[in-house]
Amino acid sequence: MADRRDFLKTAATATAALAVAAPSASALVRPFRFGGAPDPEALALAGIDAARSAGAQYADARVGRYRRQSVGTRERQVTNVSDSESFGIGIRALVDGAWGFAATNDLSLDAVARTAAEAVRTARAAKRVQRRPVELAPVTPVRGTWRTPVAIDPVEVPIEEKVALLLAANASALKVPNVRFANSGIQSLREVKTLATTDGTLVTQTFFRVNPSFSATAIGNGDFQSYNEELAARSAGWEYITGLDMPGNGERWAALAAEKLGAKSVDVGRYDLVLDPRNLWLTIHESVGHPTELDRAMGYEANYAGTSFVAPPEAMINRLQFGSELMTIRADRVQDQSLSLTQWDDEGVPADDWTLIDKGLFKDYQTTREQAAWIAPLTGVKHSHGCSFAQSWADVPFQRMPNISLLPNDKDVTMDDIISATDRGIMVTNRGSYSIDHQRYNFQFGGQAYWEIRNGRVTGMVKDVAYQATSTDFWRSLDMLGGQSTYFMGGSFNDGKGEPGQSNAVSHGCPATRFRNINIINTGRAG
Amino acid sequence: MATTSMNPREELEAIARRALSFATADETRVSIRNDSVGQTRFAGGEITTSGASTDRTVTITSTIGRQQASASTNVTDDESLRRTVDLAERLARLSPEDPELLPGLGPQEYATIPAYDPRTAELNAEQRATAVAGLIAAAKAVDPSQDLFVAGYLEANANHGRLVANSKGLMAFHADTEVSLSNTVRTPDGTGSGWASAGAREWGRIDAPALGRRAAQKAVASRNPVAIEPGRYTVVLEPQAVADLIPLLLGAFNARTAEEGRSPFSRRVAGQTLEPGQPGPTLLGEKIADERVILYSDPTDPDIRGTPFDGEGLPTRRRVWVENGMLKNLMYNRFWAQRRGIPLSEVGGFGGGLKMAGGTQSVDELIASTPRGILVTRNWYIRSLDQRTASYTGLTRDGTFLIEDGKIARSVKNFRWNESPLLMLNRIMAIGQAERVSAGMVMPSLKVSDFNFASISEAV
Repeated sequence: MADRRDFLKTAATATAALAVAAPSASALVRPFRFGGAPDPEALALAGIDAARSAGAQYADARVGRYRRQSVGTRERQVTNVSDSESFGIGIRALVDGAWGFAATNDLSLDAVARTAAEAVRTARAAKRVQRRPVELAPVTPVRGTWRTPVAIDPVEVPIEEKVALLLAANASALKVPNVRFANSGIQSLREVKTLATTDGTLVTQTFFRVNPSFSATAIGNGDFQSYNEELAARSAGWEYITGLDMPGNGERWAALAAEKLGAKSVDVGRYDLVLDPRNLWLTIHESVGHPTELDRAMGYEANYAGTSFVAPPEAMINRLQFGSELMTIRADRVQDQSLSLTQWDDEGVPADDWTLIDKGLFKDYQTTREQAAWIAPLTGVKHSHGCSFAQSWADVPFQRMPNISLLPNDKDVTMDDIISATDRGIMVTNRGSYSIDHQRYNFQFGGQAYWEIRNGRVTGMVKDVAYQATSTDFWRSLDMLGGQSTYFMGGSFNDGKGEPGQSNAVSHGCPATRFRNINIINTGRAG
Repeated sequence: MATTSMNPREELEAIARRALSFATADETRVSIRNDSVGQTRFAGGEITTSGASTDRTVTITSTIGRQQASASTNVTDDESLRRTVDLAERLARLSPEDPELLPGLGPQEYATIPAYDPRTAELNAEQRATAVAGLIAAAKAVDPSQDLFVAGYLEANANHGRLVANSKGLMAFHADTEVSLSNTVRTPDGTGSGWASAGAREWGRIDAPALGRRAAQKAVASRNPVAIEPGRYTVVLEPQAVADLIPLLLGAFNARTAEEGRSPFSRRVAGQTLEPGQPGPTLLGEKIADERVILYSDPTDPDIRGTPFDGEGLPTRRRVWVENGMLKNLMYNRFWAQRRGIPLSEVGGFGGGLKMAGGTQSVDELIASTPRGILVTRNWYIRSLDQRTASYTGLTRDGTFLIEDGKIARSVKNFRWNESPLLMLNRIMAIGQAERVSAGMVMPSLKVSDFNFASISEAV
């Protein structure tokens, strides 16, 4: 156990040096434990000790304990109530610059030692097929705890209360003529994650996230039309869900589904596109978020999610005019209620907040410790931006998207200002069908509801709309930007990437916007 | 990778019996999955991440009267199992009554489907690295004059046991393995990209160097693509490109959705409005596709070897969805089947993989008979556009070529398409040989007329 004593000594020194970053031990959130199961911190430390003993020069271990709960309803009945827990450890080892990983749900100390040895063995096997050894950017060791600020733990709210809220929302929707179906649901999760690294970091964080959903379907005249309300998933407690007032709003949302039955099918052509932030957030995710992932730009995702048009870095950083001067994009893991909110990433790097695109000019990528050095000579940034994340203890951490947001206008530009300045436009709200190519050039996005704008006024609802463009053409056509009052933060609860596929939760904030002269297609006449 | 020393079946059955012994609900179902996975990922000609994980999850579904809920855990000592059973029962008591809930099934008989390959289950990090090294070397050898960029993924999955048991004596167990290896080769100038993949239950069926060569040949051949005008083209879809499209129709075979008027297989009557629960007319028994189309699920098919039961322990059986172009069956769940007077033997069906019957022609023969058309290797980012017509949008990727006078004339830029796989099945010109594209999925190549390419993508 000499290694562990050394570790504790290092960690204690680090804590003293980082008094601000590390809350006092009394604030430590202890994950609840299984009978007989070892303490998560002791397990994580045992994991890195064993990896070092087996030959790792660097190792980290994540012990995860999760509760995930899901409630689903349709019309007047419950379709699903489920609650799952998962507990396990994943150990990552770096041997001669090659990675290996192993994970198990068996939390005996013997199994943890075997798993650490398997990670080291896997790293040695990988070393035989390696061209460039991994180098990790420096990080200051840290010790502490953190939890998502919430008033009410959403997992502990009684199922009865959740079901009553959802059925009330459905009942409200079903009052609307022609609305025959209503679906609603809430996913809630609490994840406790302990990270130990051989650099001396030992942190435990507790995350809370909720994902509400609501959709209504109207049937009539040989047609059916659905409307999904954009209820943003958030890192938040139950108080966020009750604040959405789903029972009070269900009728209003469902009325949009019914109204779509009578909406005019859109005429194809070029329009000025007015985007509600409830639609734009996903367009940012797809056309800005994914192409600025450094692993994609370097080809690491070529076999699955694809590469990026923002490549190679030396031709892009401070050179690519990504969008108009109104476009300033920030990446962060610090916004209140954002899905990517954390104190430290899965490598113990503190949450960061940085500029990806400044007045349309591309400046920087999303990075992990392994990636920082790849572009440090171009950006001058030697540290990781803290984008390492694994979806669970059973998965390998890799570069995942932080929150990526479009900054609002300093001036108080409202949606009404944008509409009244538009002669011939289409306004789109909420996330609909979305598809983009594997280098993130050509996209085609839809929404849930659309309106035509003529001579500065909304003239009526239209349907079967999608907008199709190339990412940079689109962002260069951004010519009106709403102010802070129009800012909305949407989010994806399950963004997929990697092989094996891993899910990441990420938010995107943005104001109302207008894009000039965009191609609108009719999805009802597509096939 | 494997964690169990005793027979996995006995071990899982013992866990199920222990869990059931703690239950006090009217009915209790126990579902267990015990999986281990070994994976190796590579890019730039080197391994980037690799690892192994093992897990065993027990899900308890408790029913009290017409109230039901489930809870799961991956800790299987007595205390944890008891706590999880208690949680499921507590959640069930808190849940409102489900008017559609049916009693659990009694003991059933299942087909024995041998699908577990010990060599695949035991494939270790060294063996995976050796296979990846062989693939990379074969890919690079296709054109040693340029430093081809090789990226890919190898995953060996061992499902040591999947078990469903309930308090009425039902006990179902199945084990299988599945391995997949895919790779993408890109030319260093960034203008060419090719892809190849294979999947099987047995590692011995995967030829890693052949996959590397195939992807590299496509990458080299696809360099410097030219843009051609979007529009409606005859296409030759390779089996993977077909496998990207046809399974999209599975949801449309849902009987309830069709009878509720929400599917392309609903018969829509102008002015008619259905109440929920009032079944309406469908296209069952009518021609929905070219008469050569045969589409079915069958867990016992040797090319599929699927799971012989579903999540409730109901046996999966051969289920023909489309026969000679006719909509032959819709997929009923137990509740909807009972309501519609459909026998239990005709319920369910998606556990049996998916197979579309093939013809005799190779992809090369389909090309040779095409005066002008587009060859598609695979599709990407497919999303629904319109449920009424089963229309989708997506893009071609990793090897798109112009066919002229029966030959590959040149590489072309990728397209975004807006198309309905269902309507496409009415425009079939030829059906090529079927092949296994992944464990449980068999698809032919297809030649189809008037495929709707809507815009050009600059992506390579």
